[in-house]
Amino acid sequence: MLKLPIYLDNNATTPMDPRVLETMIPYFTEHFGNAASRNHPFGWEAEEAIDYAREQVASLIGADPKEIIFTSGATEGDNLAIKGVYEMYASKGNHIITATTEHKAVLDTCKHIEKLGGEVTYLEVKEDGLIDLAELEAAIKPTTILVSIMYANNEIGVVQPVKEIAAIAKKHGVLFFTDGVQAVGKIPVDVIKDGIDLMAFTAHKMYGPKGIGALYVRRKNPRVKVTAQMDGGGHERGMRSGTLNVPGIVGFGKACEIAKKEMAEDAARLSKLRDKLENALLQIEESYVNGNREHRLPHVANISFKHVEGEGLLMGFNKNIALSSGSACTSASLEPSYVLKALGLGDDLAHSSLRFGLGRFTTEEQIDYTIEQITNTVLKLRDMSPLWEMYKEGIDLNSIEWAHH
Amino acid sequence: MAYSEKVIDHYSNPKNVGTLDKGSKSVGTGLVGAPECGDVMRLQIQVDDTTGVITDAKFKTFGCGSAIASSSLATEWLKGKTVDQAMAIDNMDLVEELNLPPVKIHCSVLAEDAIKAAINDYRVKNGLEELVFEEKGVH
Repeated sequence: MLKLPIYLDNNATTPMDPRVLETMIPYFTEHFGNAASRNHPFGWEAEEAIDYAREQVASLIGADPKEIIFTSGATEGDNLAIKGVYEMYASKGNHIITATTEHKAVLDTCKHIEKLGGEVTYLEVKEDGLIDLAELEAAIKPTTILVSIMYANNEIGVVQPVKEIAAIAKKHGVLFFTDGVQAVGKIPVDVIKDGIDLMAFTAHKMYGPKGIGALYVRRKNPRVKVTAQMDGGGHERGMRSGTLNVPGIVGFGKACEIAKKEMAEDAARLSKLRDKLENALLQIEESYVNGNREHRLPHVANISFKHVEGEGLLMGFNKNIALSSGSACTSASLEPSYVLKALGLGDDLAHSSLRFGLGRFTTEEQIDYTIEQITNTVLKLRDMSPLWEMYKEGIDLNSIEWAHH
Repeated sequence: MAYSEKVIDHYSNPKNVGTLDKGSKSVGTGLVGAPECGDVMRLQIQVDDTTGVITDAKFKTFGCGSAIASSSLATEWLKGKTVDQAMAIDNMDLVEELNLPPVKIHCSVLAEDAIKAAINDYRVKNGLEELVFEEKGVH
């Protein structure tokens, strides 16, 4: 029996793996100690658990445990990396390079840096969502201190050429930070092989708990430091003060361990399901995949259905299928997804998009149901879409003088 | 965001979806909104030339559930009214009937604009001058 509702919004957050929860529970009650309490067994237990989890987390990304700074999540990690580097390396320069399709936690932090007097270059992406490496290299100047490009995009799943980006940054003596939120635990990420200097990631996108994440900060070749953004007890090598969230960290560790073990299998299974979903939905006339299909996370698809509005589309099945849309009819601005617009999509196609994020617990039965529901809703809404009617009559929609609000 | 039951009902069972002959003198067509803004409504009225009564109304809408519901309800209300009575339909009546939240008020404004545009189209086709309506300015 198919159980409803179906969750296909795993880019927003993932359900916690029951194995993770099981590992965490004792650390709320029996082992409740403060990892910074050095003088009694309660503290020792907590510290031991943290050390173990730090190894699990580091091992997933090929890092040394000492290079893991626990944070409250990736928004904090993004802030700490960018603001921390900006402050720490102020004597070297004040220029940061990022891209227009980054997460708001990166873009808004960069806006903040600009207010502080820093200079930020926002690279445009190509129409497949990838950055142009030549443009990146050309943007580097003597005052550049940081390149901040995400590993994989949250809306379209496109995976950036991280190794090449890192090599360019290294060649010019510039640090490379990547927001690894969507990639870590889903595809192989190795900070050494990839050449990453700093990376933010979070537990709740990889079947761990919310409220815990990490910032990887390289210790060798080069040794990287960030200025703490919160003052206090000097935890986490002085880079992030605050009593450690022991149950969260234990859960994060377990989530990383499971991801490392099961990633390849999960990815193979999910890419098959994703392709089935995508190929079936592409059978619908005038439907398009957004972003590069080859360099992409295995579990993500972003598809536009021309002449149907995304939010209206979601309403057709959102009691039964949880998805998100690039349309933003509810937001005050009424602006559609800035990521899709950055690919050069017209606002109309951006408004017509759905984002699918499959996950560890997605089944084929769920995908079959989703295909059927979405196909039916698209066809139904096209029957009531004036744009579809005009399109079918051969009217060029661009020739109409629309009343813009 | 949770939709009101009335919005869900109009979305699931929209009334009067369709197309009238826009070339006919007794049909007024209003096309408002823009694809870039995420909503476009086309509302049409069929008017009895002798009585001035709207005998039929049809719509097609590209937009969210609230936009679809607003236009569906508007067509319901239009049928049986005279053109003069139709001009008195206010977007806030749609808001109230459908329990639209503040972020969706623009959908009702669009429906009111569509009614007025359809009426004007009918008037112009029949040799009457175009009426000037004041801007709601919600967008």
